[in-house]
Amino acid sequence: MSTMRVLPAGDRALLVELGSGEEAEAFHAELLRRRAQGTLPAVREIVPAARTVLLDGLDDPARFAKGLADWEIPPLVPGAGSTVELPVRYDGPDLAAVAELWGVPAGEVGRIHAKTLFRVAFCGFAPGFGYLTGLAERYAVPRRSTPRTAVPAGAVALADAYTGVYPRSSPGGWQLIGSTDAVLWDHARVPAALLTPGTRVRFVPEEG
Amino acid sequence: MTDRAFAVVRAGALTSVQDRGRPGHAHLGVPRSGALDEPARDLANRLVGNPSGAAVLETTLNGCAVRPRCAVTVAVTGAPCRVTVDGRPAAWGAPVRVAAGAVLDVGSAADGVRSYLAFAGGIACEPVLGSRSTDLLSGLGPAPLTHGTVLPLGPVAGPPVYADAVPWQGPPRELVLRAGPGPRTDWFTARALRTLATAVYRVSPTGNRIGLRTEGPPLERAVDGELPSEGMVLGAVQVPPDGRPVVFLADHPTTGGYPVIAVVRERDLAAAAQAAPGTPIRFVLTGRH
Repeated sequence: MSTMRVLPAGDRALLVELGSGEEAEAFHAELLRRRAQGTLPAVREIVPAARTVLLDGLDDPARFAKGLADWEIPPLVPGAGSTVELPVRYDGPDLAAVAELWGVPAGEVGRIHAKTLFRVAFCGFAPGFGYLTGLAERYAVPRRSTPRTAVPAGAVALADAYTGVYPRSSPGGWQLIGSTDAVLWDHARVPAALLTPGTRVRFVPEEG
Repeated sequence: MTDRAFAVVRAGALTSVQDRGRPGHAHLGVPRSGALDEPARDLANRLVGNPSGAAVLETTLNGCAVRPRCAVTVAVTGAPCRVTVDGRPAAWGAPVRVAAGAVLDVGSAADGVRSYLAFAGGIACEPVLGSRSTDLLSGLGPAPLTHGTVLPLGPVAGPPVYADAVPWQGPPRELVLRAGPGPRTDWFTARALRTLATAVYRVSPTGNRIGLRTEGPPLERAVDGELPSEGMVLGAVQVPPDGRPVVFLADHPTTGGYPVIAVVRERDLAAAAQAAPGTPIRFVLTGRH
C-alpha cells in the first residue's frame, strides 16, 4: 500500500487514491471492517470507485489523513463476502460485436463470462448499478460510439473490463451481451440494492 | 372534503417535494437530494410549527398554486414572491391560515429563484430510503408536481411561530463562492487556477438541481486524458471538456469522470440556489491550491 495518496475534497471530505482497482477494493474492505468494529470515526459516506475511496462527512479530515499512514491493509481474500447468483440469458444485441472484439465465436462470450467470479467494485451511474470486476483486462471493450437512448432493465452489459446490469430502463452506452430477470433495485426492499460494493457475483446461464 | 391533503392547481416550471434528502446511500449510486436552500426550508418549517427537516415544496422561478382539502397553516420563504389566498394578498415569510378549498398561489419570484412552501404537518408522501425528496437525477421519490397531483399532509406537530420579522439574506447581487482545493487541482494549469480565482463567471440558464452551470472563460487542463470514475462531493467544482466549471448541487451524481478543481463550502450553496441566470459569480479560493 505504498501508493496511497490522500487528496483534499473540501472541508469535510478526503479522496483516497490507491495504486490499482484491487488496492482500492482492499482499502474499502478495511474501512468497512473498521466501521463494523467501531474503530472508524463518524463518516457520512464511504464511496468506493475505480481507483479511489471517498470519505465524506468527516469531522476532522486532516487528523484522519494523518492516521491513515499507520494503517496496515490486508490484501483482498478471494471468495470472501456473500455471493449473489444472477440468472442470465446471453442474448444481447451486441453479443456478435463483443465476440469479434474478443476474437472468439459468439457462443464463447457467454461461456467465458459465466465462468468468471465477479466482485462489485463500486456503484454509480444509477441507484443499484454496480461496476463488476473480474474479467481479465484482455476482455476490455469500448463503449458503443453512439449510446442507446433506451437500454431495458436487466440488460447485462460490458464496458472497459467492467460488467454492469441496468437496474431500470435508461439511456446507456455499454455493450449489451445478455439479460436477467433479477430485480437489481427495489426501494421497498431491504436492502434496496441487490449488488453492493464488495458483493461477489456469478452469472448462471438459464437452461434451454 | 376534510382529508389532510392538497391538490396542485398550477404546477409551475419545476416544483418538487424536498426535505433533508437521503445522505448515506452514495455508495449505492443514490444522490443526496434535498432542498437546495436549506435555511429557507428550515425557516418555512419553523414558521408552521414543523420540525426543520419536514418535507416542503420547492418552486422554480414562477411559483405554484395549490388547493388544500383541509384548513391548514402554511408559510412561504426563500425567493420573495407575491402570495395570495383566493386572490387576496397574504404574507410572505409568515404563517398564513388557508381555509379548506381555497386556492393558495405562490407567485413568480420577484428576486431569486426558489421559493419554499411549508404546510403544518409536512408533506406526508411515502418516503424512499428515509426521504420524501424528489431526486431529478435518478428518479427516486415523488415525481415533480403536475396539474392535479394530490399529496397527503401529516399530523400537525406544534403551533405556528408568529415572528415580527424573519431573517432573509436576499438573493445575491454577486454570488461569492468560497472554495477549497479539489482532489484534481493538479490536473489544471496555474493559469486555470488564476482564471478561476479572478475571472467573472455568470450563472448559466442551463443549470438545474444537479449543478450550477457557469458561463465564462474555459479552464485549461494540464493533464489530458480520462479520469477513472471517482466519488463526487456536494459543492464539487467539476470541469467538463468545454472547460466551464459546474458546481455540484444536491442531485449531483455520486461518481464522475471529469476532474474536480475545487470544492465550494456547503454553507455557500444556499445562495447558489437563489442566484438567477446572469448573476455574476466570484470564486474565492481558500487553503493551499
